[in-house]
Amino acid sequence: MRLAAPAKLGLAKSEQIILFRVSGQLFAVSSASVQEVRSVDSLSGAAEEINAPGLRKVRHVLRRGDRSLFIVNGAMHFGLHAAEGTLLFVLRKTRTALLIDGIEKMTSMTRLQALPLSFCHEERRWYRGLTALDQTVVPVVHPEGFLSPEELAQLDAAILEADHSAGEAVEGTDSTQ
Amino acid sequence: MTVSTELELQSFVLLRLGERRFAVSATQIAELVAPSRVFRFAHRTPKLEGVILRRGRIVPVCDVSEILLGKRWTSRRFYLIAVRNYGPQREWVAVPVTGECELINAEMMSAGESDAPHVAGWLSHDGDVIEVLNLDVLTPGPEQALAERATPQGAEARP
Repeated sequence: MRLAAPAKLGLAKSEQIILFRVSGQLFAVSSASVQEVRSVDSLSGAAEEINAPGLRKVRHVLRRGDRSLFIVNGAMHFGLHAAEGTLLFVLRKTRTALLIDGIEKMTSMTRLQALPLSFCHEERRWYRGLTALDQTVVPVVHPEGFLSPEELAQLDAAILEADHSAGEAVEGTDSTQ
Repeated sequence: MTVSTELELQSFVLLRLGERRFAVSATQIAELVAPSRVFRFAHRTPKLEGVILRRGRIVPVCDVSEILLGKRWTSRRFYLIAVRNYGPQREWVAVPVTGECELINAEMMSAGESDAPHVAGWLSHDGDVIEVLNLDVLTPGPEQALAERATPQGAEARP
């Protein structure tokens, strides 16, 4: 039985991608989506703790002026075994900084195949599609798929609450003095 | 007066899973291939093991043994590559099978109300009564995901 050619997602030219590992597994992201790569060590002191109930994958936030970047633990996001992330991808046009194990290499893909329709849960939000590279298949992540609008609203609320509590604590200290 | 019954013979592929045989309409079968490397990645769809590369296509591997046999059958000899309908769209799915497949012609009896949703009908062959499978129900797809959301169960990631 013949089928229509698999759905390609408009990649007439090649696209530069970064292959990276999370909990030992290989993923790809368009290099154009990565604004910055930082070592976790360089963040010491810069990241604040955040606690949004039910959102265990985000434990820290980076404040940059009036903008907050939420650090998403890649292993927890994908439901993989917890791993100590060593690098952060600050993802362009998002409020996500993705915690990963490390970068495998940079390469290019010429073909992105749509995720087969059998995959019908959250992974449809996670991935732009799949690409075959050197006889292996790698999922290409969607930069906006790490935090949904609902999760962002929840995190913003957690920040507000933390700021409010901190403000009250400062006021309490001032009045005591 | 003679009453003649016209048999509507159709072609089916008989597949083997463990000790049991099942049938799938031959019109849904693309090919039978030897097992190849399954590429696994994180996802949350139950029953999907990963994907294989076949003729330049990325084909999801769907293990149906647990539903059909009540336990996972890890030994496999072939992948039966079948066409799965998703509304107007059609895609290949690879179903692991544990033995040779056979092409037969038989008459299918329609499924009854008490049959499981994945049973499209029944046929009789070699003294056995064999389930004809409806792969559109048996394998995951958006419609199953909607049904699962209506009756939520804890889905774990499947790397």
